[in-house]
Amino acid sequence: MSPHHVVITGIGLVSSLGEGPDAHWRKLVQPGLEPVLEATRFRPYTVHPLPEIDWNLQIAKRGDQRQMETWQRLGTYAAGMALDDAGIKGNDELCTTMDMVVAAGGGERDETVDADILAASESRNDRDVLLNEKLTTELRPTLFLAQLSNLLAGNISIVHKVTGSSRTFMGEEGAGVAAVETAAARIRSGQSTHILVGGAFQTEHSDMLLGYELAGYLHRGPWKPVWQRQGAEGGGVVTGSGGAFLVLEQREHAISRGRKIYAELGPVLSGRARRRQGELDAGIAALLRQAALPSGELLAISGASGAHAATAAEKSALDANPAIAARGFSTLTGHMKEAQFPFAVALAALAVEHEAACPVFDAANERPFNGIPKTVLATAIGYHQFEGMALVNAA
Amino acid sequence: MANLNDHMGRPIVAVTGIGVVTSLGVGKADNWAALTAGKSGIHPITRFPVDHLSTRISGMVDFLASSSKGASPLTYELAESAAQEAIAESGLDSGDFGGPLFLASPPVELDWSERFSLYNSDSQDIGAERLLRVARSLKELDIFETTQFGSIADRLADRLGTRGLPITLSTACASGATAIQLGVEAIRRGECDRALSIGADGSATAEALIRFSLLSALTTHNDIPEKASKPFSRDRDGFVLAEGSGALVLESLEAALARGATILGILRGCGEKADDFHRTRSKPDASPATAAVRAALADAGLSEDEIDYVNAHGTSTPENDKMEHLSLSTVFGERTGSMPISSNKSMIGHTLSAAGAVEAAFSLMTMRESVIPPTINYDNPDPAIVLDVVPNKKRNAEVRTVLSNSFGFGGQNTCLVMAREPV
Repeated sequence: MSPHHVVITGIGLVSSLGEGPDAHWRKLVQPGLEPVLEATRFRPYTVHPLPEIDWNLQIAKRGDQRQMETWQRLGTYAAGMALDDAGIKGNDELCTTMDMVVAAGGGERDETVDADILAASESRNDRDVLLNEKLTTELRPTLFLAQLSNLLAGNISIVHKVTGSSRTFMGEEGAGVAAVETAAARIRSGQSTHILVGGAFQTEHSDMLLGYELAGYLHRGPWKPVWQRQGAEGGGVVTGSGGAFLVLEQREHAISRGRKIYAELGPVLSGRARRRQGELDAGIAALLRQAALPSGELLAISGASGAHAATAAEKSALDANPAIAARGFSTLTGHMKEAQFPFAVALAALAVEHEAACPVFDAANERPFNGIPKTVLATAIGYHQFEGMALVNAA
Repeated sequence: MANLNDHMGRPIVAVTGIGVVTSLGVGKADNWAALTAGKSGIHPITRFPVDHLSTRISGMVDFLASSSKGASPLTYELAESAAQEAIAESGLDSGDFGGPLFLASPPVELDWSERFSLYNSDSQDIGAERLLRVARSLKELDIFETTQFGSIADRLADRLGTRGLPITLSTACASGATAIQLGVEAIRRGECDRALSIGADGSATAEALIRFSLLSALTTHNDIPEKASKPFSRDRDGFVLAEGSGALVLESLEAALARGATILGILRGCGEKADDFHRTRSKPDASPATAAVRAALADAGLSEDEIDYVNAHGTSTPENDKMEHLSLSTVFGERTGSMPISSNKSMIGHTLSAAGAVEAAFSLMTMRESVIPPTINYDNPDPAIVLDVVPNKKRNAEVRTVLSNSFGFGGQNTCLVMAREPV
């Protein structure tokens, strides 16, 4: 039996640039678009903050909103947008048979409680007892549910009624890569007809920054485009809040219900280079070989994080192919961790659908692309580990 | 010549290696001896002080080198230990496994011991600002890696020589079963001949215990720890937080036979269904759990009458056991009260992310040994739940097929059907 084709029929996007695929595309084709930056709240770090969002538009019940913190709300919101876009939201039959793979980290801790415990630890030697004393009395009981990785998917089930299956992959960018790869494999093999896949990242919380900074990954000092951070103070990553969800669908299934198809999802490739053994360059090259890039000029939507080593390796691999015109979208959105790869695939689908490339985001490091992109490469080379790519083709 | 494909024309998936660690010990031999003797691994908590805590017992794994080193190191050691046992049994190369890795493990966070030591190594600023200041001058990656969700799997991949990007997953208390399901699916799709599925959980920290306590999920029967977990009993009042790991080497039957491996059992079917009712509670009619059981049976190509034994999720919470009973009686009808249905958690507690994998391992052993481990502490049956829970004493029985249930917060329901023989 020949494998089924996978097409993209729904896109939900949120970033500092705004919300929705159309709003994103309108911004991204503006030459010289300036990023939205928040440089004071987390000084010395700059982040790309969330835009103002009316949560009611996708999460009707206040009670549901209250059960979540921003990360889960953001993911549930972006997922709802993708379902709306694909004409699935509110359709019981399609929702109850829909599979779901979510790429997730963890939710927000209570910063006030944590700070209070840390402050008290300066004058207490019985810190374990202190911990019990404070946590048992100060933690909000339901906060745990807002922190659990799989409860983003859980909230999507509750709010949007997606209940065919529910799986949550963890592991930074690699989780997003594996989520898209697994979802596509399920459709190709006939296991699923339609799947919701994506993730969200809310960076405006000290713990989310700490997750990078324990290894010194964050860029400090004045903001620079993603390709220009080598040698600057800090580790090169500027983070952003955002979310990206896709509805992937078996082509026949999408056609039979008369839906607009953004693009076809071609091969999705993943890898785990042993970076300490210096395998990253070879790992990226191997993924590019496996992708079997089409001949001629190729637009690449790069999820490069800015992390010095990984970004340098990706840049040199892309630069080595003169046909590739890369666009490092983290320049405009910041790095969105688990959501990074789904976001890259979404932007690639938009370029294919609009038959146009975005202008350069960084004239010093990106070359113009003048043709019509029939196939677009999407990448996510993890800031610390794991790598992924996909080809997105015209519908 | 055995049939190599199942009723849907997919490669049959065999189990060729099993590994397990629980509070009862390391390895299948110790675990099986204790489990069939009706011995409990639940004991008083000694890893951290229990002042102010309403639950002071657990099924923690306290006898490994990493037991006091934090959730990430312990989860890694649990995973590696179970994987090594499973791979050794399979006869494959434990440094060059050669198939993908699916790891069910708990979400990670910076441990409090690290928070305290980072914070108190400086005195400028307060709260998060100080932590970030200290963080950026750290010179090594050990602490950082405990906060990366993909790092345990990355280390396992290095150690065991698995192929490709390892998948770390969480479906809460169904995670272990999902890891197995992902391995089965990868083999069925022809992506690989073999896969390593692991569920591991070493995250029983004070904060984890307090979080579950605040949700009223844990038992507070502290006085006689080994009596605290009492699935399906009238006076059950919550689960016992526990740690452990289970690992299975999965192979296409064809590949396993071709290399002359011993077939330990067959992973015949997997089913799942998400619940949209509530974050911690199940739909009152148990329809999602029921649908997951039916999906697993359909996937396995078996009818309700062909399941010999149910390895229950059986957490010992008022809610789960009632809902599980309802879903089983909906599916199995009149048979429900007479088929053996036992809960390993009565002895090992709830190993959370590991539970589905640990209990799949025990389910496979149940078939191989023709012995059903009991549900212990069944002294006060819940009259609303009429089941043959294999009360208090093991039972010798021919078991050809097992249904293993896993249900979790966030509406996660995953069921596995295993068989002794390929058929």
